[in-house]
Amino acid sequence: MEPVLEKWQQEVSVVTIGTLKIGGQKTLPYLFTEGPIPNKPVIAFEVWDIAPADWPEELQKNYQDVFSHTIAWAEKCVRQYKAGMLCLRLQGAHPDFGNKSAEEEAELVAELLKRMNLPLIILGCGDDEKDNLVIPACCEAAKDKRCLVGSAVQDNYKTIAAAVSADGHNIIAESPIDVNIAKQLNILISDLGLALEKIVINPTIGALGYGLEYAYSIMERARLAALSGDKPLASPFICFVGQEAWRAKEAKADAAAGIMWEVLTAAPLIQAGADILVMRHPKAIEKVNQYIDNLFRR
Amino acid sequence: MFIIGELINGMYPNIDKAIKAKDKSVIQSCALQQVKAGADALDINCGPASRQPVADMQWLVQTVQEVTDKPLSLDSSKPQVIEAGLGVIKNKVIINSTTADPQKLQILVPLAKQHQAKLIGITISNKGIPQNKDQRLELAANIVAACLEQAFPTEDLYLDPIVMPVNVAQAQMRDIIESIREFKIISEPAPQTIVGLSNVSQGTSVRSLINRTFLTMALAFGLEAAILDPLDRELMDAAITAELILNKQIYCDSYLDAYRKR
Repeated sequence: MEPVLEKWQQEVSVVTIGTLKIGGQKTLPYLFTEGPIPNKPVIAFEVWDIAPADWPEELQKNYQDVFSHTIAWAEKCVRQYKAGMLCLRLQGAHPDFGNKSAEEEAELVAELLKRMNLPLIILGCGDDEKDNLVIPACCEAAKDKRCLVGSAVQDNYKTIAAAVSADGHNIIAESPIDVNIAKQLNILISDLGLALEKIVINPTIGALGYGLEYAYSIMERARLAALSGDKPLASPFICFVGQEAWRAKEAKADAAAGIMWEVLTAAPLIQAGADILVMRHPKAIEKVNQYIDNLFRR
Repeated sequence: MFIIGELINGMYPNIDKAIKAKDKSVIQSCALQQVKAGADALDINCGPASRQPVADMQWLVQTVQEVTDKPLSLDSSKPQVIEAGLGVIKNKVIINSTTADPQKLQILVPLAKQHQAKLIGITISNKGIPQNKDQRLELAANIVAACLEQAFPTEDLYLDPIVMPVNVAQAQMRDIIESIREFKIISEPAPQTIVGLSNVSQGTSVRSLINRTFLTMALAFGLEAAILDPLDRELMDAAITAELILNKQIYCDSYLDAYRKR
């Protein structure tokens, strides 16, 4: 019997972060016989600019020695854990968690990029007012390094999009598990002059047992639309796996469970089409990287 | 929906004048305006009054190809005019059109196959325009049979049920719309369906409203393509919205802009 193959009209945009390309699929996840899947999903190690207060013991012990020094933390990820991508979360800029200045954070970004030559994601602290100061400063400090910067949300995207656009970066567009808002936000951002090929969608996810299926279905719907020709939805996905998985009470309960929770949150999201996974535990990352390699071993 | 812009047609005085004067700029700006407004392809028709349709068709095709690589729909009832257009075509091409007459099918189906063209088949024959759904279906089946015989892919065939003006053939409107759904079950893979939209409002005083109402109804019955005036913004908005209602596009507040960004 001949296999029934779909002829899709459009491919997912290729987004270039540093020298790394993501996206570009012209089929649903891992239907290799149907269409090209030119780029593997990538995992970014999360690195903070302050010691994370609420990370469980099992996570903390991997990074405790470098918590007080962001550059050392990043170097450990790269040297010891072989990270191919970093996600710098500027939590310390938050008024309630250190209130670091935009200048301090910009210096940190510049220093990190000087020391390390790998693709970088830069995240604000989540306080809109502060992020609108910090992110433009960091974008400028990383000018032309083609970082991935976030997050733009429907109520706060203009300042971030303008800074990202001016300094040649890519943007994370975040929507609350809502495909209609994901599409709308991409249009609003592209109306400001940032090309659709510079947008990565953060669909917002839930961990295993905490809404994972819902996130999966939203990603699937967006990807089906993208492949069918819906250009404003044809962006790669970034999923904040570590952040969600380690919030689960099961993950906090015992060490082995936490690692597996992170792995088992990541794997279905890869099957839903995730292009970047931001993760925390080195062992979980190692396992998911093996999973990705197996998917591509044909 | 696949939209073929209808405005490069010698029956419009500005186009007729430009063809006679060999004024490329009028034709080219008409082509670009339609593409900008959302046309996926452009119809090319040198008009009923052309004295040298072969030369005019070739000039129009060459003129339009200078400014766009969108597919061109070569529109003539004379096979030799279509053949002349095919002789100079570089873009993708649609043959517009064959009827259900065996003589025409024998020439145009092989020609479409040879040029890897899409083919529009209108459900009329030398006996005239069909008067009901069954006659339309019979003619459509004849066209599909001719394509199958000559191994022309049915998914590249666009069947046109022939839209009559509502003020002439009001009683036929329901049959015309229902034919669209029935055409789809003639073969597997199914043929596509198309209408020449503007005819429905010919001679009426509210053309745009009638056009867009008919189009949305036809889309609900599975219509895939239409030859229409893409510069009619309300018509285009109605078509985009109909596709939204049919779940062919994901809703967002700016869905009209989103469609136009494709």
